[in-house]
Amino acid sequence: MVTQTNQGAISIRNVTKIYDPEGVNVMAVDDCSLEIAAGEVCMIVGPSGCGKTTLLNAIAGFHSVTEGEIYLDGDLLCGGATPLAEQGSDRVVVFQNGALFPWKSLIENVAYGPMVQGIMSKSEACDKAADLLAEAGLGDVGMKFPGEVSSGMARRAEIVRALINNPKVLLLDEPYRAMDSLTKSIMHEALLEVYDRTKVTIFFITHDLEEAIFLGDRVVVMTTRPCKTKKIVEVNIPRPRDYKTLTTEEFRLLVTEAKDAVHEEAIKAFEAGERELA
Amino acid sequence: MALENTNSIKMEAPTGVALWYYNFKKSLTTPTPYLTVFGVGLWILAYYLFCEGWKLPRFEKLPGPVEIITEWFNRDPDWGISAFSPEYYEHIIVSCRRILISFTIATGVGIPLGLFMGWSKTFRDYSFPILETLRPIPILAWVPLAILMFSGLETPVIFLATLASLFVTTLNTLLGVDSIDESYFRAANCLGSKPRHIFFHIVVPGSLPFIFTGLEISIGVAWFSLVAAEMVSGEFGLGYLIVDSYMNITYVPMVIAMLTLGFVGWITSAMVRVVGNRMMQWRVRALALEGR
Repeated sequence: MVTQTNQGAISIRNVTKIYDPEGVNVMAVDDCSLEIAAGEVCMIVGPSGCGKTTLLNAIAGFHSVTEGEIYLDGDLLCGGATPLAEQGSDRVVVFQNGALFPWKSLIENVAYGPMVQGIMSKSEACDKAADLLAEAGLGDVGMKFPGEVSSGMARRAEIVRALINNPKVLLLDEPYRAMDSLTKSIMHEALLEVYDRTKVTIFFITHDLEEAIFLGDRVVVMTTRPCKTKKIVEVNIPRPRDYKTLTTEEFRLLVTEAKDAVHEEAIKAFEAGERELA
Repeated sequence: MALENTNSIKMEAPTGVALWYYNFKKSLTTPTPYLTVFGVGLWILAYYLFCEGWKLPRFEKLPGPVEIITEWFNRDPDWGISAFSPEYYEHIIVSCRRILISFTIATGVGIPLGLFMGWSKTFRDYSFPILETLRPIPILAWVPLAILMFSGLETPVIFLATLASLFVTTLNTLLGVDSIDESYFRAANCLGSKPRHIFFHIVVPGSLPFIFTGLEISIGVAWFSLVAAEMVSGEFGLGYLIVDSYMNITYVPMVIAMLTLGFVGWITSAMVRVVGNRMMQWRVRALALEGR
């Protein structure tokens, strides 16, 4: 995997997204702006249904934007005349419920990207996939199907599947949501290890504030719908980080700071009783 | 030391006959085979008591199990049909050949049709209303048209059996494509897929569980529409044997033909299931881990 610290800067400029689910306009994102540096781990937190995933979907090219623009390394991804970004392997998504193809083995899943892009032959892609899975501690289960391995293993394989494409940006949509805390802590360390190795830009949506502070360079707290930036918490905890970081005073203070900002928005969202749109 | 030795033993998962034997032995530890045997025994006992034992009103005219089995395995059958008469196998072979042709055509046309209907909204918009209009028409209603459209006796029969299967296969394949989680399409697009990759790597394998459920139903539908078709227009076949025996008031061969049809239909469904399981090992293994 190639180190790409000079690639993957995202610029979200005055983005607005209005959904029209049943003939009634619902504003999911309102004039949201955010600059994410190349190689940054940007954690996005906010109440459920606030529009975080809408933002991720716009970057990935799954949804269009109504107004505003999104740039990747200075190139327009979407906005203006092209409201929908073209989907591509420079921005790979790791989905909330996992999206490894269940009918392919882990090796075939990981080899899929380079193979369909024509970068490698099937055997070359499978060899590389096997190597990368072994690096991620999944060497013994490469031939198994996703349904045969634990959720933690599947999620790790999904991240490997993303990284084999050398993406500029890794978009993670609450990837560890359904995991128990023990598995989660192992997954965090695995992701940090991958990040320290690749320095890929990470756009990570989560509800878990401790996860956000532990993994991120910055934690962006979003308002309740319509989504816009409420507060940005700078995380200056030095890298590499490990589980001992979780017990430091600095970490606790940052969690409290983020919690105060999120709590206010959570109450607003609860009172509004809004449901998730995307 | 003992632990190290244990760890060094690599356990290989059984395959083929060994896997079948393992599953068979495992199934003997569950109530399923015993309940199955008991259920079948109970059914035969009730059949015997109603028709031959107690000779209940309405049942007394029906041939009972003893009479059926005696005739079925009679070297010199009283009614001309038994496991020892060549005509019996001719009827089975003719019906099986018709099913093979009908099922192959229905599968060969229905699966691609369903896949394209599920994959392309434009194609679905064109074709779905026609499918939905033709689908509810009972197969017997097609008989006069089939006789008018096709010459001879064989082609109309195959047409009728194909038609019924085709609708089932197409609709299930279409539902199979619809059932694929949107995130797989999104993931494939993120990873740089072109439309043909999406079709062959996502649409086709993703819809296989529904396709095979559809094929199992489809082969059953082919059997009962074939019988309906053979009753109306045919020379040989199990359906023809049933209706011919009925017309000649020979109920024993009629019931033998019905039971044979049931067994042959069961075997063909099982064959489809075996092929499906071979092609969807990912699903079989995942379900096995869930204890199903």
